[in-house]
Amino acid sequence: MSEDDEDQSPASDLRSQRPCSPNKSRNCISSSQTFPDHVLENVLENVLQFLDSRCDRNAASLVCKLWWKVEGLTRSEVFIGNCYALSPARLTQRFKRVRSLLLKGKPRFADFNLMPADWGANFAPWVSTMAKAYPWLEKVDLKRMFVTDDDLALLAESFPGFKELILVCCEGFGTSGIAVVANKCRKLKVLDLIESDVTDDEVDWVSCFPEDVTCLESLAFDCVEAPINFKALEALVGRSPLLRKLRLNRFVSLEEVHRLLLLGAPQLTSLGTGSFSRGDQSQQEPPDYAAAFRSCKSVVCLSGFRELMPEYLPAILPVCANLTSLNFSYANISPDMFKPIIHNCHKLQIFWALDSICDEGLQAVAATCKELRELRIFPFDPREDTEGPVSELGLQAISEGCRKLESLLYFCQHMTNAALIAMSHNCPELTVFRLCIMGRLRPDHVTGKAMDEGFGAIVKNCKKLTRLAVSGLLTDQAFRYMGEYGKLIRTLSVAFAGDSDMALRHVLEGCPRLQKLEIRDSPFGDVALRSGMHRYYNMRFVWMSACRLTMGCCKDVARAMPNLVVEVIGSDDDDVNRDYVETLYMYRSLDGPRKDAPQFVTIL
Amino acid sequence: MENVGVCDEFVNLKATELRLGLPGTEDGGEEERQKVSCCKSNKRAFPETEKDIESTGKTETASPPKAQIVGWPPVRSYRKNNIQTKKNESEGQGMYVKVSMDGAPYLRKIDLTVYKQYPELMKLLENMFKFSVGKYCEREGYKDSEFVPTYEDKDGDWMLVGDVPWEMFVSSCKRLRIMKGSEAKGLGCGV
Repeated sequence: MSEDDEDQSPASDLRSQRPCSPNKSRNCISSSQTFPDHVLENVLENVLQFLDSRCDRNAASLVCKLWWKVEGLTRSEVFIGNCYALSPARLTQRFKRVRSLLLKGKPRFADFNLMPADWGANFAPWVSTMAKAYPWLEKVDLKRMFVTDDDLALLAESFPGFKELILVCCEGFGTSGIAVVANKCRKLKVLDLIESDVTDDEVDWVSCFPEDVTCLESLAFDCVEAPINFKALEALVGRSPLLRKLRLNRFVSLEEVHRLLLLGAPQLTSLGTGSFSRGDQSQQEPPDYAAAFRSCKSVVCLSGFRELMPEYLPAILPVCANLTSLNFSYANISPDMFKPIIHNCHKLQIFWALDSICDEGLQAVAATCKELRELRIFPFDPREDTEGPVSELGLQAISEGCRKLESLLYFCQHMTNAALIAMSHNCPELTVFRLCIMGRLRPDHVTGKAMDEGFGAIVKNCKKLTRLAVSGLLTDQAFRYMGEYGKLIRTLSVAFAGDSDMALRHVLEGCPRLQKLEIRDSPFGDVALRSGMHRYYNMRFVWMSACRLTMGCCKDVARAMPNLVVEVIGSDDDDVNRDYVETLYMYRSLDGPRKDAPQFVTIL
Repeated sequence: MENVGVCDEFVNLKATELRLGLPGTEDGGEEERQKVSCCKSNKRAFPETEKDIESTGKTETASPPKAQIVGWPPVRSYRKNNIQTKKNESEGQGMYVKVSMDGAPYLRKIDLTVYKQYPELMKLLENMFKFSVGKYCEREGYKDSEFVPTYEDKDGDWMLVGDVPWEMFVSSCKRLRIMKGSEAKGLGCGV
């Protein structure tokens, strides 16, 4: 469960293009010392290799030229938050011994069809460059990238020591690409496909793993919408003694899960249960599912339930007391089904579910899950005018019961300022607050007022807040609060909010840590855009769609800021001379505009 | 609520209309919203008043064939598509019901929750099956109509559409049948 993890560093790894000159006074001892340079380099190397955090490494690299060079030699894990911020060549020039790459591509709003397909974020140039430069590459973790089967094949062939492949919200590949990775990466420990779009090439990829004992520790394929060869999977689990995490897709039935658990249950720490429904209904006596779960002594993370048959849900009761993470977000569970289960989950820290559990279910969570850190409630029926089974009542209960809450994502139809104010006081540890009132422009449904005070209280009282998503009826006042109090906010999502340019100005002028700004359908125009020009080089990206920007202003910004790539995204048959800007996506880049932009993207 | 129901003629008319105005200041038309290219469908008049939102909001979010705001609510399509699809049938509220008409070769299916009252439903049925039903009156039903709308309720009985309050109708209707007027004689006459 890694949707939109927060990254730690405020700056992209490779921003420091020119190292500062050697400091002759204190730190850099190369100038007036008796030690030869190469000895110093060795010493530094041995010391710097212990630095893990990106922040620390970025800081170290700025000390002097020597430190910059040695840091570049010793950094083994590289994080690139925007694949277009630099070219693959620059990566391989600066960092010589990379073992692990984390790369992010498309902006998040692309998930919601706000961007045409084929926009970019291709993995191909990265894998081909790294194939030559990093023969000892071990780990690749991609998010929102376009990855083809050929890319996967190249990866499998080029890196003999390859250990971990993690693809989150990616697309462009199919089961044939997975098959090649399974077959050729003999040291593979982790193969995690998470919420990715995997085409069914009708290839039996599970059979492609080598026949001897594997190194597999984690295998997640819950998003693969294709049947699998269960016998092969059973055999694979049987010869994977190190397997700890197994997340099955919905084509694996309860009986099959039962058989897998008999094989390897005691070692598993994380289980994705597949469909959680019976494949073969003809048998009268179902196997003892509860017994199988009872043998899962180490399971702390449970997910799946893709086609839940509710009568079997109690089978998971034996593991509930140990669970720290539970994901019911694909299962339509009613409060009555839910309460007996959650009642046992005292250690739960991460909980994802559909709003079908209702306010009543949330009250049960609040009563039991005192250790809760992260809560995500998704809509069963994601439309604007439905009834909405969860409301401010559920949120209020959670805020009173789960005082350690750090991260919230909550979809609802109605909300009140009072509930948000209460939460801001009850949950001071909140770092992520994302509320989606699905009806656009809905005010507080009790007082009829805008949601300004509620969100204002959140930014004011939750002093650790780094990520905020707002909704409902919001005036400029809400943004004034954000600018005044949201000093640590790094990511802000705005939709259908605000009255005027002033709103955006408040944010751009008041939030010094703002890195990622995504706005849609809000009345912000040129004045607002210009007001942020002092900020854009310090941000990862800005997205504005269906706002009130003109082409002229965007061109001005592009002209004034040469290291900013300003993309105007339209559709193929747009009139190029139109003044209205449908979508603006801009980001800093060390290597200028990209060469692979499709026709509907105009780079100013 | 003139946009409710099948309104192909309406949309085409709008497309041929000549107007002055900046691009992006008029709804692209409901059909366009379903197109793959999201950008076209994102053009919409920015709502100035909440009243506008109420009227556009309701028509836009009725059901998939109708216009929905692209990408709203912000739920990934993978998630939207993979939540148990049994929901409609298992609810038992008669949301999607079959509609048959005497003499028509095949049936249609409609989503009852899309409509707020009887007139909207009747308008849809009239458009869908190309007939007209006349006015309903409590005592005599759809007197002198060529066709009469009836429905099968939870108990298996065939009832005249319009007799019970709308909410009760929606929760008890299992299927609809548009009967020939001649066959419906005697129904709803209160004799």
